Order: sequence, then C-alpha cells, then structure tokens
Amino acid sequence: MRGPALVLLAVILSLGNAASAQHDGHFSSVPAKDRARQNPLAAKPDVLAAGSALYRSHCAECHQPDARGDGAKKPSLRTPEVRTATDGDLEWFLRQGDLRHGMPSWSSLTQAQRWALVGYLRSLQ
Amino acid sequence: MYRISLVHLLRRAACAGLLIAGLAVCTAATIAAQEKPYFVTYSHDLEEPGNLEIETKTALARPQGSDRFGATATELEYGVKAWWTSELYVDGQTTPADSTLLTGFRLENRFRPLMREHWINPVLYVEYENISGADKTALEVVGHDGQADLAERNFDSRREHEHEGEFRLILSSNARDWNISENFIAEKNLGHDPWEFGYAVGATRPLKTALSVRECTFCAEKFTVGAEAYGGLGDTWALTMRDTSHYIAPLVGWDLRGRMRVSFSPGFGLTGSSLDRVYRVGVAYEMPQLGSLFRGAKGSVR
Repeated sequence: MRGPALVLLAVILSLGNAASAQHDGHFSSVPAKDRARQNPLAAKPDVLAAGSALYRSHCAECHQPDARGDGAKKPSLRTPEVRTATDGDLEWFLRQGDLRHGMPSWSSLTQAQRWALVGYLRSLQ
Repeated sequence: MYRISLVHLLRRAACAGLLIAGLAVCTAATIAAQEKPYFVTYSHDLEEPGNLEIETKTALARPQGSDRFGATATELEYGVKAWWTSELYVDGQTTPADSTLLTGFRLENRFRPLMREHWINPVLYVEYENISGADKTALEVVGHDGQADLAERNFDSRREHEHEGEFRLILSSNARDWNISENFIAEKNLGHDPWEFGYAVGATRPLKTALSVRECTFCAEKFTVGAEAYGGLGDTWALTMRDTSHYIAPLVGWDLRGRMRVSFSPGFGLTGSSLDRVYRVGVAYEMPQLGSLFRGAKGSVR
C-alpha cells in the first residue's frame, strides 16, 4: 500500500515541478486565446473604484499601497513588463498566480473582480 | 439540573455572531477574502502567505436519546507558502446536561503539488489528531461514524484517546464563479483500528457576481451560497455503506468588513445512523501579513 502511494506522490510532485519550470517568465506562457482577451469592463465607470478597493484588500499588503513593492522580494507592479502586458495576460496571471514565488492564485475572485483589478493595474502605469 | 435547549444554544450563537458582525461593521472598510463557507469540505484555496486566520467552527446537535451538545473547533490557519497552509485546531465540547471540556488538538497541513491553476486542482492534506472520544466537532465523517458515537456521556467518552492520522485528496475547481470541490478521506487510528474512509463534496457561488462598488453590509455580493454533502464509506474491516452516516447541508457565507466572515449551515442526516440535524456556525477573522511583523518590513512572501 505504501509503495504505490509514494510513487503517486512522486509523480504528482514531478508534474508540478515540470509545469512550474515551463512558466519562469511571468507572461511568456500565457495561451494565445487568453492573451487576446480584452477587459470587458474597461469602459465601465465604476471599474477603477472597484479595482482600487480590491487592490487595497488583496494586493496592497504585499505590493504596497503605491504598487511599488518593497524593493526586495515583493515586486513592484509599475514595471515595463506589466505595462506592456495585455489585459488578457494580466487576468491570466491573476487567475494562475505564481505559487512557487509567493503569488497566490486569485481564481477564487469572481471574473468581474479580476477584470476590475486589471483595470486598476492599467491605471497605475 | 440546569438544562439548556437547542433553541437557546442557537440563540446564543446567533447573538455572538451578530455582536461580532456589529463590531466588524464598525471597523475599517475592506473587502473580505473570497473564502468558501464549507465546514467539512476543503477547496484548493489556501491561506495567503504570511496571513493568519482565526476561525471558530461550532456544531450544535442532539443525538437520538441523548443530550444536546455544542462542540467548537478553534482554528489557527497560517499561510506558510502560497502552496502550503498549516493549521492548528483546539477542540472543545459542552453538553449542558453533562459537562464542558477540552477534547484535544489537531495539526493539519495542506499542500498544492501543482504550481499552476488547472481545470481540477489537487491538494494533499495531512492531519494528526490527538483527541478524546468526547470530541464532537464532526469536522469529518468517516467509516461507520454515527450518532451513537456522539451519545455517550462525557465521563465515559473522554477516557478514550484517539491518536489519528487523516489524509485527504482534495480535488477542486473554480469555474465561472463557481467552486466545486471533492474530498476523498482516509483516516487511521495510529493504534490497532482499521483505515476508515469518507467523502465530502460541495459547490458554492457568490450570490451576486456582477461588479459593485457599494459600501454595504447586507447586499447580495457579500453572500456566498452553496451546499455540501459528506459521509462515511466504511472501513477496511467492513467496506460497506451499511451503518454509515451521510449528510446534506446548505451553506451560507457572509463576508463582513474588517476581514471577517460568518458562515452558517444546517445539515440534515440522510440515514438512520446520522444525526437528524446538525447546525454549524463559523466565525473567521483574517490577520494580514502577520509573518512580516516577525521578519521586519522587508519580509518576503517567497
């Protein structure tokens, strides 16, 4: 019983490592379909206010209220990489997270909330 | 002898919940994390790294032919890494016609082996339990667990010590604002007892998913609703559904300001071994970036 369980655990862990190894660049492996997505809420007047409130409650504690990070391991969000990312890139990254490097997956937020965050991140650039 | 009715217990729990909710409304406005209001089922959402969540999960029920009880598990949940959450539970129980006692502790760890979000996200769950037979928190139902186990007098049941390991394979999906989670449970008393098996499945969704900037407390977007079902699947000595307990339980979660959350779930027994009803109340408070206080301002989330 113990042998198969250990093998299964090793397979799952190795799959995880392989999957994460392929995604070293933040947006390098965003699927084309996701990359092409536009923010459906971009024209909504409330999106910045909603995104700002979400940022304060979910993101500011790590990335700092001004989104400039802490200069160490909590990265700034005002970078050329974020600036040049598409809406779809940002939404995909929020949904995926980067667990290996401390960024939680925000798939638990609603789609509308993630798009509001994308809108707010855009406004910071 | 002083007896207290289930209605009184519920009323006290509701008063406590409302008091906490009132305090939360008065605190600074923040949008609470989108935690699921499950009591038995786990989803793949882990605690954010560096955050500490304190939660009480209370179960109120009355086994057939026995006294009403209230059992509370106080949970400290810490996000060690984005892929690893560690928890400590301290359990207690009160049976108004009998006694009040601490019933033990649990140490739990959950790991996400895959570092990306997938259609189905596995989580590995490992728990060590050091509890007495008087523990009635019913945070999992396995093997042939039934209401007869919950009907014993505390004086007798507290003498039974249970050193158990519990393992779960959690499979969970977030899709179109729904969460669907399935847990496969295996529990082993580290003594001589057999492996016991159980399951828990659940689905939840926010009541309103459209974007809102309203500062409100009772509006639809603050509520998450759903249902969970859980029960035992026998053990290695009798791998049968006979004499197993099964429950179905609607769920309501209420996100409050100040990173607080209240959950409620009335569970209904589906078999003769099950409790007729079990009411669960949860109150949670999340403390952000507690880890940074100990690491200094330049703390890492890695």
